[in-house]
Amino acid sequence: MKLNELTIKRAREGLRNKNFSSVELTRACLEQIKKHNKNLNAFITVTEKKALEDAKNADQHINNLAIGQFNNYPLLGIPIAHKDLFSTKGIKTTAASKVLEDYIPAYDATVVKKLKDAGAVIVGKTNLDAWAHGSSGENSDFGPAKNPWNTEYVPGGSSSGSAVSVASDMCLAATGTDTGGSIRLPASFNNIVGLKPTYGRVSRYGIIAMASSLDSIGHFTKTVEDSALFFDITSGQDIFDATTLPNPTESFTKNLEKGIKGMRIGFPKILKENSQELEYLGYFEIAKRLIQKLGAELIPIDIKHEECAIACYYIIQPSEVSSNLARYDGIRFGNNRENFGDEAKRRIMLGTYTLSAGYYDAYYKKAMQVRTLIKKDFDEAFKNVDALISPVSPTPPWKLGEKISDPLKMYLSDVFTVTANLAGIPGLALPIGFTKNRLPVGMQILGPHFSEAKLFQIGHAYEQATEWYSQKPNL
Amino acid sequence: MKINVPHIAKLANLPLKPQEKDKFEKQLSEILSYVEKLSEVDTKDSETTSQVTGLENITREDEVSPSLTQEEALSNTKNKHNGLFKVKAILED
Amino acid sequence: MNYKPVIGLEVHVELKTKSKMFCSCKADYFGEKPNTNTCPVCLGLPGALPVPNKKAIEGCVMIGLALNCKINNFSKFDRKNYFYPDLPKGYQISQYDQPFCTNGYVYLGGETNRHLPSGTKKRIRIRRVHMEEDTAKLIHQGQDSLIDFNRSGVPLVEIVTEPDFESAKEVVEYLKKLQQIVRYLNVSDADMEKGNMRLEPNISLMINDKGLRIKKTLPKYKVEVKNINSFRFAEKAIEYEIKRQTEILSEGKTPVQETRGWDEDKQKTVTQRIKEEAQDYRYFPEPDIPPIRFSDSDIASIECIMPELPDVKMQRFTNIYRLSAYDAEILTRDRKIAEYFDETTVIGFHHEIKRKRIANYIINRKIDINKILPAELIQIIIKDNQKSSLDEDKLSKVIAQILIENQKAVTDYKNGKVQAIGFLIGKVKQHFPKADTRQIKNVLEKSLK
Repeated sequence: MKLNELTIKRAREGLRNKNFSSVELTRACLEQIKKHNKNLNAFITVTEKKALEDAKNADQHINNLAIGQFNNYPLLGIPIAHKDLFSTKGIKTTAASKVLEDYIPAYDATVVKKLKDAGAVIVGKTNLDAWAHGSSGENSDFGPAKNPWNTEYVPGGSSSGSAVSVASDMCLAATGTDTGGSIRLPASFNNIVGLKPTYGRVSRYGIIAMASSLDSIGHFTKTVEDSALFFDITSGQDIFDATTLPNPTESFTKNLEKGIKGMRIGFPKILKENSQELEYLGYFEIAKRLIQKLGAELIPIDIKHEECAIACYYIIQPSEVSSNLARYDGIRFGNNRENFGDEAKRRIMLGTYTLSAGYYDAYYKKAMQVRTLIKKDFDEAFKNVDALISPVSPTPPWKLGEKISDPLKMYLSDVFTVTANLAGIPGLALPIGFTKNRLPVGMQILGPHFSEAKLFQIGHAYEQATEWYSQKPNL
Repeated sequence: MKINVPHIAKLANLPLKPQEKDKFEKQLSEILSYVEKLSEVDTKDSETTSQVTGLENITREDEVSPSLTQEEALSNTKNKHNGLFKVKAILED
Repeated sequence: MNYKPVIGLEVHVELKTKSKMFCSCKADYFGEKPNTNTCPVCLGLPGALPVPNKKAIEGCVMIGLALNCKINNFSKFDRKNYFYPDLPKGYQISQYDQPFCTNGYVYLGGETNRHLPSGTKKRIRIRRVHMEEDTAKLIHQGQDSLIDFNRSGVPLVEIVTEPDFESAKEVVEYLKKLQQIVRYLNVSDADMEKGNMRLEPNISLMINDKGLRIKKTLPKYKVEVKNINSFRFAEKAIEYEIKRQTEILSEGKTPVQETRGWDEDKQKTVTQRIKEEAQDYRYFPEPDIPPIRFSDSDIASIECIMPELPDVKMQRFTNIYRLSAYDAEILTRDRKIAEYFDETTVIGFHHEIKRKRIANYIINRKIDINKILPAELIQIIIKDNQKSSLDEDKLSKVIAQILIENQKAVTDYKNGKVQAIGFLIGKVKQHFPKADTRQIKNVLEKSLK
């Protein structure tokens, strides 16, 4: 196995035992980037020089560490990537928009700092739909990232480059943001694991805001266990983000091996007309049966207001977007507002409209009320079940260009994911197989607020039984 | 037509090219028609949710910590003059 | 036709906290090099988030309490969206429908109001007191405008009245009172010239038709006046506007709804911006800041740390200390002087020095309270008393002479007409106009025995 194909867990073992160095590991990732980024367009910026320096320092650090201190640096020498929405001091941060094509932040996002402090080596900044607006990755002003399983297909968005970079072994993990599915969707399109944490559990400070009340900061890894390890580092209260919550003291990996025997797991009673592709939905049926086989009880659940979730989401989200993008005026940084792409312009105008005098009550206020109902539906559901499973996307990955000219059609691909953002609950996306065209399929496990440990527990059990992560794209 | 694109664009400080107006008008009207399905939901007794954490009273103590240097503050601007950001003259109002 | 001015005020007061409203940059920007007190938050850099300053919120609530407002148990911050180069985020964090304080009032003395008899008070209703952040400073220079973000994000309290003022004099009285209150609270320097107290009056006129008071509808237009940075400008600008609008109305026209600015050179207001339609600020709840909830005990504990306010002090000085309204007013103008007076009276009490005498010293002799401690002032007064006592020999000689010259009064006194002593005191006072009456009386009584 090549070094860059390792999981975080295995790579740490190797580094600790000095089987290889961080420089070797980092170099393997950088070589993979060099070989395939041209084709996959996963990275906007590759920080090769800095990465190698950091890896060298990490190696020195490993050599100097006393026994037992290794665990204080849970990512020491591990190459990771950041979605180019995360402010990185001294490293260009573009949001994949021409507006910020030259912007170099004077500060690090809290999560970036936490990961640095944990010893991580940053190999670069990954591509995305500009401003995280999109479900396919095609809205990037620097060209779309491609699906490594078939480059004619979209990798899913908005955290397209992060998902692709992990799936194609250009790094061991990557950060992402999920406002309406932007981690879960690309994770499921790339055969990797994506975590959208409970809203407020990971600091948003320093991450370019899309829709502040929905933005959830998560990550992509190859396995569920890696996801839990990573979450131990990124989660927790931040004095710079007033909406963050304190963490439990125990590690999120604590329940991994406990299995799911006796758990009550809900699934959507009817997948409604949300997916026309019956063959595709068949994969979810297989996943359900496996969950049952692993000892959980399956219970049909009806989230009553799910069908208006997209409408609710596409009012609240653009409204907040219109306000969050108001600071981009080209005065203090970046280029002026003419440089926004079409999707940003659409959302800014949509949000400006739904907040404007005379329309606020009918749109924004109404959506905030419906949001309450959706949240209540989930509260009710979780009285009855430990977690819910559902497909991530109504369809498998689609071809590049297929939905790009029809914004509404694109928006509807978020139909299964936006509810978690509206309710603020966590969701873990993980692979459940491949279509007959060998495109990845995923499902998501949703739980009540703060139930990440349980999601990892379920996800890990499922992953151990399937090992889809061992499948690699043929690049 | 549901949406007055030039008016909204002005409110949003977005310079639009003339040819963009029709395209956006069509797309935005379609989206607005779709989201209007919310009007059918009964929200009579429903409170609004603008945040989901349930947090309240999160404040910081009144303490000073170091600021950016002037150089850092101005490091990303294309227009500056004597330590100040520069824009084209605007009327005081 | 007779017109009655209808004036409402928006006053902005910058709080003198150590740090800014939503970040920990230094709040005091006076004399600082440009753009040296900034950070990602107050520069509106991508990804930055606001965290509210507890002390500033307390300051806002104190102002609300001092203005007799109701402090709302539940409030929140909102975003006010508009574009201007001095507003880095493209929105100002402010409060919209749930401000910290609502429905207060203050009283103005009747002296400035010709419609009310002297001594009666006029009630000015306070609509709301809310918390927000200041904008950056714009400096206009030829073809360019330059921006300094040191002021961006400094805590700002907005105090909005109902349109209850009827003259420029009332407005000025209110402003002075408000300034005095925030200075007492020690939450702001409220210096208009430095810009940490700013005023935006809106002025219109209605027909003063005394027979038809039932329909008390407000005028259909409003003129807002900006660029007022002293009490004097405020008075002049408002008086000018009243005159200007009266002339327009007298011609049967309606003044234009607009924002005007006071031009000190031209001594008039000039058009700044015509408001065809109301600004659309697209307010919505600030998603980055959880709401604020005050329990009644939270409010009570803020109230506890508030100092005695000028009105209450004034009452105590006149009702309990029996000072004249004139003296009490002077002594309460500045909290430091009032507290100095209070402290001095406590020490003076042990030396049997009357409050009135202390007040006279502070007011007439213009004691420098920063240099002379209260105990030192008492020593000065005691010494002055002794100084006048030193002349007792001289006094006795004069009295002896007067007694010889006024035998009738002496006889009257000795026959039991005690009040005759008053006549004699008067005679002595002609020689010692400044002497203490009591002292003269004592010496006289001794001599008459």
